Amino acid sequence: MRSKINRRDVLKGTFYGAAVSVGLPMLDCFLNTNGTALAATGQPLPSVFGSWFQYLGFNPGRWVPDRLGPDYTNNIELAMFNRYKHRMNVISGANYFLDGRPVETHRTGVQIAMLGGIPTGRESGPSLDSDIADVIGTRSRFRTIDVTGTGGQQSVSKRAGAAYNPAEPSPMALYQRIFGPDFQDPNAAEFSPSLKVMAKQSVLSQVTEQRQKLARHVGATDRARLDAYFTSVREIEKQLAIQNQKPAPLPACVVPPRLGEEATPGAEVGVVERNIDLFGSLIAHALACGQTRVFNVAMNTQGCHKAGSTNGWHAYTHEEPIDEELGYQREVTWFILWANNLFADFIHKLESMPEGDGSVLDRTFILWQTDHGYARTHTMDNVSIMTVGNGGGIFRTGQHISLAGDPAARAGLTVQQGFRVPVSSWGTLSNTANRPITDMLA
Amino acid sequence: MRWIGLGVAGLAAVGVLLNFSGIGSAPAKAYVPPEAAMPRITADQYRTIIGSVFGRAIDLGGRFEPDMRLDGLLTVGASSVSVTAAGMEQYDAMADAIAEQVVMKVANRDIMLPCEPASAAAADDACARQFLGAVGDLLYRRKLTEEELQGYVDAAASAAGTLDDFYAGVAMSLSVMLSSPDFLFRIPELEPDPDRSGGYRLDAWSKASRLSFFLWNTAPDRQLLQAAESGELNTRKGLARQVDRMMESPLLEQGVRAFFSDMLHFDKFETLSKDTTIFPELSNREMADAREQTLRTLVDQLLTRKGDYRDVFTTKETFLTPSLASIYAVPLPYDGPNGGVEPWERFEFPADDPRAGILTHISFTALHSPAGRSSPTDRGKALREIMMCQTVPPPPPDVEFSIVQDTDDPLNKTVRERLLAHSTAPSCAGCHKIMDPMGLALENFDGAGEYRLVENGVPIDTSGELDGIHFTDPVGLGEAVRNNPAVPACLVQRVAAYAFGQAPQAGQQPLIRKLQSDFARSGYRLPDLMKEIALSPEFYWAAEPSTTEPAAAKPATLTASAQ
Repeated sequence: MRSKINRRDVLKGTFYGAAVSVGLPMLDCFLNTNGTALAATGQPLPSVFGSWFQYLGFNPGRWVPDRLGPDYTNNIELAMFNRYKHRMNVISGANYFLDGRPVETHRTGVQIAMLGGIPTGRESGPSLDSDIADVIGTRSRFRTIDVTGTGGQQSVSKRAGAAYNPAEPSPMALYQRIFGPDFQDPNAAEFSPSLKVMAKQSVLSQVTEQRQKLARHVGATDRARLDAYFTSVREIEKQLAIQNQKPAPLPACVVPPRLGEEATPGAEVGVVERNIDLFGSLIAHALACGQTRVFNVAMNTQGCHKAGSTNGWHAYTHEEPIDEELGYQREVTWFILWANNLFADFIHKLESMPEGDGSVLDRTFILWQTDHGYARTHTMDNVSIMTVGNGGGIFRTGQHISLAGDPAARAGLTVQQGFRVPVSSWGTLSNTANRPITDMLA
Repeated sequence: MRWIGLGVAGLAAVGVLLNFSGIGSAPAKAYVPPEAAMPRITADQYRTIIGSVFGRAIDLGGRFEPDMRLDGLLTVGASSVSVTAAGMEQYDAMADAIAEQVVMKVANRDIMLPCEPASAAAADDACARQFLGAVGDLLYRRKLTEEELQGYVDAAASAAGTLDDFYAGVAMSLSVMLSSPDFLFRIPELEPDPDRSGGYRLDAWSKASRLSFFLWNTAPDRQLLQAAESGELNTRKGLARQVDRMMESPLLEQGVRAFFSDMLHFDKFETLSKDTTIFPELSNREMADAREQTLRTLVDQLLTRKGDYRDVFTTKETFLTPSLASIYAVPLPYDGPNGGVEPWERFEFPADDPRAGILTHISFTALHSPAGRSSPTDRGKALREIMMCQTVPPPPPDVEFSIVQDTDDPLNKTVRERLLAHSTAPSCAGCHKIMDPMGLALENFDGAGEYRLVENGVPIDTSGELDGIHFTDPVGLGEAVRNNPAVPACLVQRVAAYAFGQAPQAGQQPLIRKLQSDFARSGYRLPDLMKEIALSPEFYWAAEPSTTEPAAAKPATLTASAQ
């Protein structure tokens, strides 16, 4: 039945008429012959990139799958991902190289994972998600959405220069940002551009142009900081422009219900669980409503603790003795399993957001990274990497891949190339990756 | 005092300390000015400026991009950060909210706008100019150029035309002004220095800004801007007059509070998470009080009494609220009227009380502890880094931690015993030797800062050592810190970094050394140090900015936007 739909008729109906009258369920109208969700424009819905940064990694010997290739069995700490095994890759044997630099614990690993190396000064290039956002995120309302599940505003995403993108710790604030008064429902029957937005656009461009023309006698570094500022202003201008255009209908877009409680940020496990659940739902809705194509979730662990416990996860990694019977740290392992379950729940949120005959997860790709191989002793080898989703057919999944001691940056390079970032190599010094993981590319 | 970083395990304790400024070369003989910093205004400064220009009742209704700490100060980090897209969204939303309240609320605009438009439904350039010009000077911390002002007036007119609303047009222009780089960044403007051939100095407006943000942590007031406009600020007497006025102003306290909030990492209170099941007494309210207690103590000692800075580590005098007094377990006589709203009382800990100096305040002991317990290492590290400007290297990779702090360890019941066991590992010993002996002296105070005598049933031993000086309790630690020459030297470094917006460079060492010796000569009086910096010609000197522009393209004067 689907193949008989005349796409042109549908498009005519959606573009030129306020109401579309077709004798089919709405969602079915936007499926191509392969069942892949289509936007109302007739194009496949765009790929989405997400990153999930989980500090403190896993326990050695408890996460690497039993064999390489597609026929692997998940190890105990990844068992909760069994149901997504065909949609994931587990990558082992990846290394972070220090090149003689000291380990700044829980910092150096983040830099290598996200920037491809350890910056030599305060300035550094953008993180890989920013490079990807510059390719795929330029036409959506938010180039990236950054959240943190554990309070604070610390993110692992940054643009060139010294500024890290602040992460949103509050689900309530994220709801307001995405679905607050400035949200344009792509499926609304009526659309009228806002005069206020038009006026703001005009004032902003008028004044910004004038400011940029002024000679600024600041050093090269500060000049770059001002340039970064103006880039951010252009983002605002772009948001205003998008806000005042009639968005293409997205049948899967449903505005989520307003959050009924004040979902305050925090690092206690119960609070983190609730907030990650809310963030997962909000991100899934934001993707279905075309608000962004790139998201970053930072799971910081500083202060992350169970109610009533004298220590938190991070402190436990260093201070908890290895249980002689179990052979690993009991509390730390509880946190690892807990965090992995949160990630599995997050995947489920995307999978539960229907789109076409599938879900938002069908066109999403998530890169999961961490900062240390073994947090207890701050090791930088055999760091774990996972990927979820094929990004709408860009990547192959369902494999256990070993990098056999190669730089972890090979994963970052592969992901960027998959999303058409024009890079042939990525990383610095020993962390440089010159060849992608071809097993991952479709 | 300088330490050379050796960073190798097992070396003598002092060998692993790094000087915070990172100055590695020999100090220059003559003062060499650095490039002028271009700080982004901090969240605190943004709030203060909006409060002073538009009134304290304005609700910002937004969240700031996090400030970044560099070389020990957010103020220094502010000279390195830009504005991210997400941050810009927040600034934009706050600017809209402020403009809405100032211009669109009838009650407010009757006070704020100096004129009424001919018609509320159409543009009125003259009225818009009057308002935007006056406000713009305060927000930009200088006279707006005619081109800038006309740009804002035109923009207001065009928006008023679109919306058929004069006020909405003015609000749009004001909002964009509040998001402009001239407001969000302190962009230095330079001019040739007539007293130094080939040298540059800040122009009068930038000079006013630097002075004002240093002493008051806010933008210059009208008097200071007038002194800049008239040229008074560029004369020695005129500068002295303004500095004297500013030092006498109640706003000096605001500046001193801002400095110590920055230096003591009090921004961490905003994200400090204490486990309420373990420390039910330490709610957000008490933590805010704890911060205020230390600030009040510092203001009292250093500004009101013009006391010796070093004494803040030994003083028994402080200020308490009833809820703080209950955590400190001291009776707090209340002298105020029944039902009075001011809960603060001056208080002096008894001579035999283990509390003395700001290191025993909750703002130090609780701030530098994890969520559910105390940490001698965290406290020792904070003391080294914050009060002595030293950097403790990060722990080496592949450390064996399994014997550290197993609180159920029957052999090592106290944290001292567990740390001692841990410190036998050579790779750990070097750093722990410089942190733990100081932190252990504070072990009488738990993670919430409450006093305790035993841990797991074993009496706590609070003996310790700092750079060869041994002590037996927190009071002794305070004495040792007070008498350590690195402590006042560090304060000078921090105040100078705060004033300049960047850590002192090698070429600035002649000035730093002079400030340090003058600080000692003054009896370690903070106001004297601040005044000396404010009056130093070097404070306003700047190197020519490094630029990729060809030399021939450089203008003869560098005051483009100030003319």
